[in-house]
Amino acid sequence: MSEQSAGTEIPVGPQHPSLKEPANFTLNVDGEVITGAEMKLSYNHRGIEQAVLSKSYIEAIYLLERICGICSHAHTSAFTQGVEELLDLEVPPRARYIRTLIGELERIHSHMLWLGVAGHEIGFDTLWQYAWRDREIVMDLLEEITGNRVHYSINTIGGVRQDLNDDYREAILDGMDDLEERIDFYRNTVPNEETVRMRCEGVGVVSEELAREYCAVGAVGRASGVPTDVRKDAPYAAYDDVDFDVITDDRGDLLARTVVRIEEIAQAIRIIRQVAERIPEGDLKASAKPPQALLAQVPEEDVVSRYEAPRGELVHYVRADGTDTPARVHIRVPTLANWPTVVESLKGSYIADTPIVVAGIDPCISCTSRIGVETDGSHGGENAFDLDELREYGIEWYDERGNVDRPSTEDDGRTVADGTEGERP
Amino acid sequence: MSFELDLATGLLALLVFPGFAFLFVYGLTAEYLDRKLYARLQNRVGPPPLQPLADFLKLLAKESAVPEGATARIYNAAPWTGLAGVFTAMLYIPVWSERAAFAFEGDLVVVLFLLSLPSFSLFFGGWYSGNVFSRIGTTRTITQLFGYEIPFFLAAFAPAVAAGTLSTSGIAAFVAANPWYVAVLLPAFGVALLSLQAKLERIPFDIPEAETELATGALVEYSGRKLALFRLTKDVELVVGAALLSALFLGGPAPAGVLAGTAGLAAGVVVFLAKTLAVIALLTVLKAVVARLRIEQMVDVFYRVLVPVALAQIALVLAVGLYTDGVIL
Repeated sequence: MSEQSAGTEIPVGPQHPSLKEPANFTLNVDGEVITGAEMKLSYNHRGIEQAVLSKSYIEAIYLLERICGICSHAHTSAFTQGVEELLDLEVPPRARYIRTLIGELERIHSHMLWLGVAGHEIGFDTLWQYAWRDREIVMDLLEEITGNRVHYSINTIGGVRQDLNDDYREAILDGMDDLEERIDFYRNTVPNEETVRMRCEGVGVVSEELAREYCAVGAVGRASGVPTDVRKDAPYAAYDDVDFDVITDDRGDLLARTVVRIEEIAQAIRIIRQVAERIPEGDLKASAKPPQALLAQVPEEDVVSRYEAPRGELVHYVRADGTDTPARVHIRVPTLANWPTVVESLKGSYIADTPIVVAGIDPCISCTSRIGVETDGSHGGENAFDLDELREYGIEWYDERGNVDRPSTEDDGRTVADGTEGERP
Repeated sequence: MSFELDLATGLLALLVFPGFAFLFVYGLTAEYLDRKLYARLQNRVGPPPLQPLADFLKLLAKESAVPEGATARIYNAAPWTGLAGVFTAMLYIPVWSERAAFAFEGDLVVVLFLLSLPSFSLFFGGWYSGNVFSRIGTTRTITQLFGYEIPFFLAAFAPAVAAGTLSTSGIAAFVAANPWYVAVLLPAFGVALLSLQAKLERIPFDIPEAETELATGALVEYSGRKLALFRLTKDVELVVGAALLSALFLGGPAPAGVLAGTAGLAAGVVVFLAKTLAVIALLTVLKAVVARLRIEQMVDVFYRVLVPVALAQIALVLAVGLYTDGVIL
């Protein structure tokens, strides 16, 4: 038995019950211990970065919001803040407070979602059901304020699109009271529950050196003792007006990540209370002019915009060429920064730990999907492909891995002999 | 009694009560109650009462494929052996009175053996289905088997030592006659409860099927009728396991024995249902309040904690026996 299981290769994904999105981990296992891990991404390339180039800046906000169903506000905030910097717009304080409020509500719902997923991955379905039930408090608030549970569409260039009236403020403060009670419960029970400790303590350890070397961001970095938080390092929105702590832990294991995330929910509640109590009166938008008029004067410049998404530092790069559509938008999602730590911490751990180690960084897999296609004919190295080569490579890749009959590239209408753009028949 | 009458009652026991028909209905009911209680503990609504039956019938109607890489004969036979094992085991466990449908000296050993069959059938079915997830799952099934069988056997032998018999019916009668033994046997009851949870591969010991890791492990390739049989085996095993625990540690049908005639038998069945459902409820609550362990942690818990507890229990039972016999004070 041991002979046959020694050196077994286990494919985890792209379809696997513990992965809700497509990614592939090839695990080399010896019995129950993982001896090697390899990762493949980009099964679900959606082409959003390319699609944005054919949209106006205003339309781009709505497209970028749909990159992620969890951190939708993070993407629109990062993008609009970047464009505002290009246009040199001063966002009024009330709008900055509202952005902060939605951002923190989003952080809570993202972390609660993670807590539930983590529970499910370690086979603790009751924690999963409880966390997701309590998450509804925030989802309901978001729906009440913005009209939507997931894609809030509240950001626009120069401000926000919805005001926060007194009824909403009351509702938020009430909701935070309920939520705080629940968070206290999780704070006391989850890290102390014996089986949770057994499954999380010392599992998936990322040392501080490793976290720094691989530039881990967000809760993963903070749980390894790297106090990185864009909200403190380069405050945007209203974060320089509110008090909050950057939660860190020096253990670097999954228990530390769990504790950090639960404590961050508590901090988010603190921020939301301050925002709801102190929100200044004033305009919602930087200028009375329609945004299209402002964007007509966008200068030929580029900008890097950073935002602390629930999963960590999110970077949007926007280059404007003076027209009403961006010339380039590049997005570095936090998951991409954290993947290398997963591969590293999988080695030497047990098969049973795979789901929780992978889920431990709170991965957003489809957001991470990128693909590079050269269009200028210059080869960028041995890993660069034009479309024909990519197609052939794909066919060969599958041929090597299974005895599946694949269509040949000969006499295929979609493959053209000398061009890079095949036309579909 | 004539031979014909013997045959008739035998067949009745085998096919109707407490055999096939009863176990089928009670197994599905137990699954419903288990799922419903689990859902309520998690703040969910839970399934309607006929859901387990609907699931079962639906699976029967589905295609039951045999994968190319499987050894077909073993793959097809595996679901039946486990099911046959648990159905047979029930015949030796007392239900309506202190005497089971069939009983002989030493039937406890047979029951324990028959209750191991589902794990072995799962192993053979999974191993010969030619799937890498199944192989890991079956390896874990067997590792887990070594983990829980010894504490389970030791726990089951504690009341046997106390009663001085290896007959399940005899043990039930003994505990019913000396009710305070329920308290003495409490540690063994706990050990047996945890071992039964591991045998049934439920949280925190659902390691071999670990949905999020192995996508149900040994059962990955199973579909349709054969999967339905495996699931029915689990349901019936739950009931039979609970019945065995009720007979060994809770005195079986006691105190229904005080009533005579038909009333006594009916009361016996009611007590049986109450006690088995209580055991199932304990298993469900356990399932709801903990996370899944890793395989090496599971073996660790069983060998380091439960085996010593079970051994100490046997020593305690011996001491109590000597004390009641007046050998020691």
